[in-house]
Amino acid sequence: MTPLSFVLWALLASVFAGLLGSLLGIGGGIIIIPVLTLALHINIRYAIGASIVSVIATSSGAAATYVRERLANLRVAMVLELATTTGALSGALIAGRISTRWLYLIFGAVMAYSSLMMFRKMRGGSARSDRPAPWADRLRLHSSYFDEALGKEIAYRVVSTRIGLALMYVAGIVSGLLGIGSGVLKVPAMDLAMGLPVKVSVATSNFMIGVTAAASAGIYFSRGDIDPFVAAPVAFGVLVGAATGSRWLGRLQSSTIRLVFVTLLLWVAAQMLLRGIRG
Amino acid sequence: MSGDTGVRRAELIISGVLRTGVLLSMAIILAGTLLTFVRHREYVSSPAELVRLSQPGEAVPQTLQDVLSGVRELRGQSIVAAGLLLLILTPVVRVATSILVFVAQSDRTYVLITSVVLLLLLLSFLLGHALG
Repeated sequence: MTPLSFVLWALLASVFAGLLGSLLGIGGGIIIIPVLTLALHINIRYAIGASIVSVIATSSGAAATYVRERLANLRVAMVLELATTTGALSGALIAGRISTRWLYLIFGAVMAYSSLMMFRKMRGGSARSDRPAPWADRLRLHSSYFDEALGKEIAYRVVSTRIGLALMYVAGIVSGLLGIGSGVLKVPAMDLAMGLPVKVSVATSNFMIGVTAAASAGIYFSRGDIDPFVAAPVAFGVLVGAATGSRWLGRLQSSTIRLVFVTLLLWVAAQMLLRGIRG
Repeated sequence: MSGDTGVRRAELIISGVLRTGVLLSMAIILAGTLLTFVRHREYVSSPAELVRLSQPGEAVPQTLQDVLSGVRELRGQSIVAAGLLLLILTPVVRVATSILVFVAQSDRTYVLITSVVLLLLLLSFLLGHALG
């Protein structure tokens, strides 16, 4: 493989990762890292460095559309970013002091659990909670969005803000430790715990992962892990894919998004548990 | 709902910041990559060059000074690195812009929340510098 053919293959894979990432509220690192290391034989350090850049690319590329189309809930994003950035800082501080084996096992279990919960909810429809929500009331988090697939404005209430904050703190730690945007943890936290509609969860997660990833990207850059030659086609391809995918989210059925997300979660959970068990 | 038009304006401003950052960094990354291939014709045909470019040992720019001095010499890879740095900064600029938007709406709670997020973000950059 020549440098030119590498650039073209990496570009192709990244467009795909950006498309999927923007539709699911994740950065696409889960797709990019295996393609770069296994298929294109890139060193893992540079693959992770390129992945963190791709998270920011997905986020910024898709969020511009989501914010304009009012799918992302800005207030929820700002409040939860308090917890994710604190978590990312804690993660950077404890990195290296915790065994990666346990890390894999814990995350694998968390993901398997949230995919089961999302699956149950998928079949039960979207019953929204009427529980009192004093924090969400005070912070004015309740909002509405226009669902293109249903062709109408959907109002929603936000509940369990404090549980959401706690879950986002954990998601932030994961980002700091593993150098990912951890959208796979953010989307279920908003969708399941806080009662946000799945499209709003995806759009808001996309908006947030950029900030979480920016916090770790500085560290990766000063370590020399961001190789411009590897990161360039990845960033470019992911941006194109995310900008395209974000135009589709509004039109998709919520149940389709959930089904694809649950499948992806289960796959990632299995990968993580396997790595944890193998040691 | 009160302040709906204010929120709408804020959303459009933030969306504009993200779009500008993304388009600008894409243009710079594309230009740098094209320049790299124009200046190194062997990259089109030599597999050995890829091994050198994608394994540790190759000098990867690590500081702002590395990047800037490379850009002055019109090195393609340094221009790409500058584009990547701009991309990394886009979310930070987005948070900073949000503060101004909330100030304009005199929404004190959210000015405070967003300022703390920006501080934490800057703290992590400083930390990265200290750890890196």
